[in-house]
Amino acid sequence: MTQDHLNFIFIGISFAIYIGIAVKSRAASTKEYYTAGGGVSSFANGMATAADWMSAATFISMAGTVAISGYDASRFLMGWTGGFVLLTILMVPYLRKFGKATVPDFIGDRYYSKLARGVAVVCAIFICMTYIMGQMRGVGVVFSQLFGIGVPAGVLIGASIVFFYAGLGGMKGITYTQVAQYCVMAFAYTIPAIFIAIAMTGHVIPQLGLIGDFTASSEPVVPFLQKLNNINTELGFAEYTSGKLSTMNMFCITAALMCGTAGLPHVIVRFFTVKNVAAVRKSACWTLLFIAVIYLTAPAIGAFARVNLVEKLHNTPYSEVPGWFQEFELTGQMAWVDKNGDGKIQYFGPAKSELGSASVFQGAKPSYPGYDAPENQRIGRHGERLLANKADDSNPNELWFGNDIMVMANPHMAGLPMWVIALLMAGCIAAALSTAAGLLLVLSTSISHDLMKKIIKPDLTDEEEVNYARFASFAALIVAAYFGINPPSAFIAKTVAFAFGLAASSFFPTLLIGIFSKRMNREGAIAGMLSGISFTIGYIVYFQFLGGHADQYFLGITPEGIGFVGMLINFGVSFLVSAFTPAPPQEVQDMVENIHIPSGAGDASEH
Amino acid sequence: MENNHPRAHRRACLRIVIALLSIWFFVSFGCAILFRDWLDANAPQVGSAPFGFWMAQQGAIICFVLLLIVYAFLMNRLDAKHGYTEAK
Repeated sequence: MTQDHLNFIFIGISFAIYIGIAVKSRAASTKEYYTAGGGVSSFANGMATAADWMSAATFISMAGTVAISGYDASRFLMGWTGGFVLLTILMVPYLRKFGKATVPDFIGDRYYSKLARGVAVVCAIFICMTYIMGQMRGVGVVFSQLFGIGVPAGVLIGASIVFFYAGLGGMKGITYTQVAQYCVMAFAYTIPAIFIAIAMTGHVIPQLGLIGDFTASSEPVVPFLQKLNNINTELGFAEYTSGKLSTMNMFCITAALMCGTAGLPHVIVRFFTVKNVAAVRKSACWTLLFIAVIYLTAPAIGAFARVNLVEKLHNTPYSEVPGWFQEFELTGQMAWVDKNGDGKIQYFGPAKSELGSASVFQGAKPSYPGYDAPENQRIGRHGERLLANKADDSNPNELWFGNDIMVMANPHMAGLPMWVIALLMAGCIAAALSTAAGLLLVLSTSISHDLMKKIIKPDLTDEEEVNYARFASFAALIVAAYFGINPPSAFIAKTVAFAFGLAASSFFPTLLIGIFSKRMNREGAIAGMLSGISFTIGYIVYFQFLGGHADQYFLGITPEGIGFVGMLINFGVSFLVSAFTPAPPQEVQDMVENIHIPSGAGDASEH
Repeated sequence: MENNHPRAHRRACLRIVIALLSIWFFVSFGCAILFRDWLDANAPQVGSAPFGFWMAQQGAIICFVLLLIVYAFLMNRLDAKHGYTEAK
């Protein structure tokens, strides 16, 4: 049996399970469509939320980012889990008590304004859309690798599966498929890590291996992290446990990621599916626990993969490299340029060159000569795949690889059995599908509920509303698939990375003040949202696209972390403006009072 | 329902939120970012990992999970005290 057969079997079985669940639990009413009928158990909702929250990017790239940047990557680890604490303690219990099905609903009612609702709908659609494009692309890439089809066909297959159970099943269908998807993801992530931990450190638990000793070599035993630091400094990288980012930047980026997480609409709506406020709290515990299983494993996988990569490839003659290296060369995820002509792969960091760069070739991504090019332009002296890019001779580094391959290549590098790799493939697809489905639901409800029913056509019946939602999810999916096939230049790709900053500077403060202050009024909230988000967008656009130079950074903060400053501006402007404008009407003040009383939450979808 | 005082409940609830968020800030921004260099040099190592580094990659996340468990426990107890507990 070959690897391909195993991949087909694992993915086929997992798909059969998802679709079976979706058909069994498809939604019949708006209530079931938006909130799964409000009766999902805390445990199941915890798993589903964890699957929703962890996207293909988290699953595939996070360990790779940790492997490459060591301590610096902690900003993602802490940012995304710490944000969840904010979300649980400050947001969801109150929003659940408020009892409407969507986030724009809360903003619209709390700030008694259609304009505020409209702004919130636009923000929600923008955030979800940028996200879902990345997911569709991820599904497409995995499928194309698996079945040897083009990325467009892969995206279309993924899109039709998501539509099948998200569009038809609604929240109820999604919730139970996400439970199954979480199980697949958790096994796919931890099993390879356990195997590798045993091989490298002799510990069964990867987290203990990370802080244990490196036992895989015949040399005297050294602590694993010290081994890693030695490798890094020897090759000219920053020490693994020290990192390069300034404290100020670490602080701001982590804060922006945390607050952005607490403002993400597709995570908040998940908590509208449970029965009452007490169940929300319990469900949040389960969710973070399930997320932590994967987030605590990622640093271990990253560190193991880095040691493995260097041990297996650095100073190895190309003729002796393992077979997987050629496979990754073929898919364009690894590349080798023999700069010194010795036939061996050398891997070096920026400290080995005077210019402080470690780029293998000129340009950001490898490009290859066409298949009709003469053979001596495609295949090098040692049998390697040649690039069309010119070599960058200012430094000695010869090995290029994308961040994404760390997780995918890890089982290959450790020589694990084929079924582990097949399981990993199934896990990747589960991660992408579950997040895409959750996002799709928020998109479709934002359009059908907040836009059609609340703003354009208030007399919609229940049944019409669900039909609109299904239609909207179909339309949204087509747009997402289109952008998945044709990624819209570097602009969107960069914007996705900043979506958290935008959420932190717009949604987070507005929701927070709306919950905890009775005095905050419509004028303050709208002025705050607009000033926060426009400052953040302006800063990002100036430095990313208009050629602003790093010397001009405000207090040395990179655009990645500026959402935190935008958030402070939002808070400041909101309070300032509301102090000079009339207080909100009495019924709104009563409502704020009421959401702090935890009992009597009722059904989330009562309108 | 005789202990039903929204104001007292709200104040007690805010106390819990502020206490937990202080811990939250201390373990993540404090230990793992602001005081990391000092902790790396002076605090005992966790296994073979420097303390600040370990907090940033593992410890903070473990603390977050514990915080949420404590939060659920304290809030449910507070709700019960004020008569807000709902029948299952």
